Amino acid sequence: MGLEAVPHNFLTGRLEDLVRWARRNSMWPASFGLACCAIEMMAAGAAHYDQARFGMEVFRASPRQADLMVVAGRVSQKMAPVLRQVYDQMVEPKWVISMGVCASSGGMFNNYAIVQGVDQIVPVDIYVPGCPPGPETLLHGILHLHDLVRTGEIMKRRGGPGVGAGVHIDQLDGAPSPVRRSARTP
Amino acid sequence: MSDATPDAPAPDAPAPDADVPAITDPVAAAVVAKFPGSVAVESHGQSVVYVDRASLRAVTEFLRDQERFTQCSDVTAVDHAADLERVAVPGVAPERFEVVVNLLSHPRNRRIRLVAEVPEADPVVPSITPLFPGANFPEREAFDMFGVEFEGHPDLTRILLPDDWSGHPLRKDDHPARIPVTFKGDPAPR
Amino acid sequence: MSTTERDLRDAARLEHQTDEGAQEMQPRRREVVMTGGIWPDDDETMIINMGPQHPSTHGVLRIMMELDGETVVRAKPVIGYLHTGMEKTGEQLTYVQGGTNVTRMDYLACLSNELVFALAVENLLDVEIPERAVWMRMMLVELQRMASHLLYQAANGMDIGALSMMIYGWREREQVLRLLEMITGLRMNHNFIRVGGLAADLPDGWQAATLEVCDAVEAGVAEYETLLCDNPIWQERTQGVGVITTEQALAFGATGPILRSTGFPWDLRKAQPYLAYDAVDFEVIYTDNGDAYDRFLIRLFEILESVKIVRQCVARMPEGDYRVQDRKVTPPPRARIDESMEALIHHFKLFTEGFKVPAGETYVAVESPRGEVGCYLVSDGSPKPVRLHVRGASFYNLQSMEVMVPGSMVADAVAVISSIDPVMGEVDR
Repeated sequence: MGLEAVPHNFLTGRLEDLVRWARRNSMWPASFGLACCAIEMMAAGAAHYDQARFGMEVFRASPRQADLMVVAGRVSQKMAPVLRQVYDQMVEPKWVISMGVCASSGGMFNNYAIVQGVDQIVPVDIYVPGCPPGPETLLHGILHLHDLVRTGEIMKRRGGPGVGAGVHIDQLDGAPSPVRRSARTP
Repeated sequence: MSDATPDAPAPDAPAPDADVPAITDPVAAAVVAKFPGSVAVESHGQSVVYVDRASLRAVTEFLRDQERFTQCSDVTAVDHAADLERVAVPGVAPERFEVVVNLLSHPRNRRIRLVAEVPEADPVVPSITPLFPGANFPEREAFDMFGVEFEGHPDLTRILLPDDWSGHPLRKDDHPARIPVTFKGDPAPR
Repeated sequence: MSTTERDLRDAARLEHQTDEGAQEMQPRRREVVMTGGIWPDDDETMIINMGPQHPSTHGVLRIMMELDGETVVRAKPVIGYLHTGMEKTGEQLTYVQGGTNVTRMDYLACLSNELVFALAVENLLDVEIPERAVWMRMMLVELQRMASHLLYQAANGMDIGALSMMIYGWREREQVLRLLEMITGLRMNHNFIRVGGLAADLPDGWQAATLEVCDAVEAGVAEYETLLCDNPIWQERTQGVGVITTEQALAFGATGPILRSTGFPWDLRKAQPYLAYDAVDFEVIYTDNGDAYDRFLIRLFEILESVKIVRQCVARMPEGDYRVQDRKVTPPPRARIDESMEALIHHFKLFTEGFKVPAGETYVAVESPRGEVGCYLVSDGSPKPVRLHVRGASFYNLQSMEVMVPGSMVADAVAVISSIDPVMGEVDR
């Protein structure tokens, strides 16, 4: 490296890069579990999938301590103001992942009670597909967001809805099942 | 559901008419005998009694105190405004709404269902929350979803929807509030 | 009556609001009259709000509590933050599609909800399903009960502060989910129990995989028992907390582990057997104290009873068809569609229009992990239900909080909520 001869240990770099690196490596999610997806979000944080590998194991109960809101589940008309309030309480910089089809578009519940897409209320950076998305897909979405944060593609924040990065990713779990079902009956 | 009970039939059950099938269920027979205007039927092996809505609470109290029905399993309402075909129960004048109460007796291990016809113009039934505190939430839900009012309920407010919501979504004529599916980035609206 | 007049009339009738904040807990008006006039009440209490966004409310439950110092005087759950309008959506879906809707109500015991819906429709249709389908349904529902109770153990541990319990609970649950994924193709919201049977047959090698999961879960439960049952901290936090009597539980409509913890051995699987529960050997677990510790114990040992039932299902699974060969409800086999025009038309009709169900009404109940889940179904002879009402067990269980929480500390309230094990999807629907 050529640094061995240097009397003190130091590295040089741009401050901006350092800040991005830090943001990427300690992104704390707010626990905003709503429905089925919340269970898969918890599964992503639990033993097998172990979100702690990405420095994200602490789900903060207080939005003031969180950088990332994972909207996990369907957002009802009654919950929408609460969701917006929690989002407003989070400090900048903040990111939003819309987890599952209900949060992304209302899903199969096209009726009076459900907000047809959380992007009508808050800006969404990553849409994670699935009903519910498996932990693999959620982790894929999170890693994608990490990448965008590290490269500085989504740095500047904005106010209203509809101005998030709006990146769509692919679903990783739930691939065509390799199980064989031998026919037992004619 | 096992509806067979060892209980003896009520002593003063009315003699069955020729065209009305006999009431095989002793509890239903007792209700019919005590509350005139009630009609007992059997629906898919389950005992159902159509009661006058004014006597809904009295019938529930009778079943709780005299017939050992220990738990209120469920209270809900049905809107029959848009039925294609409705099962006609002889002796019951069909109305738009029905309030349905499912009671469960643990000592006798059986259920009974009470149905009260509720007219659209005056959707009020007596509340059974004073008898079964567990009917509190489901009655509020029925009020919220259908606009059926429960007289004597201690706290009849909306439960699932926000306070300032107008309308009762499970009524057939309430706007279903379907939002047409739009595709983002769609070059031309279809 | 003109259209405008009718619209106006409908609008006036449908307009029925309640006051702003009517659902919230109202302060009690108390005035102390002393000589010289009305004095303010010096016995002041405080109303605090918990939720709907709170880590230990199991979703989006909101609780308002009136506190006297640290002691809870009153508690009122405010619900509806996850109201999804599923009963309205259920009226717009055919009976074929209905399973996708009900499975998302209680998302921790999806298969119980599918089961109760399928049983209700089959009751109206008067369809008898084959033996193998009955046993498959029973095995799947019991596997799901294991998964649900394991999740309860994890979440309960997390709420009370036993964080290692949370990790352990998830570890075993993940194994059950993997098995369910192998059988049904999905980890959650399976839509596998259909009207007339199931969506597919069991995959090859299911016996070995199921027995492996049974062994793992049994080992896990033994571990939790060592970890928590005699743990003095755990006992201190849960024993004598959230006590409820049998009379109260019955009055509030509470079922499942809450009712059984009061010394009332009521389990629909034993009392009113459905599927083939009268053919398998298992015990109803019940205790006498009615507190949070007892509810924890009941759910812990019910996992073992479910394991017992699953093992019997594996040993005694009958051969045969996994769905009824009734043309009305069952689509033709895939191979027939290629060769027969009638089969193609039939398949198309079944999945676009659905099958018609005779007019009538029925109420069917099964025992889900949380208690009695009932389905009240009204049909008018069309392919869509007039009314699809699901009696959520948590909806009723939650009401018993009004007697369980008062008198305890705020920190105990968390233990009580956790011991009710509410699933808000089922409460709000």
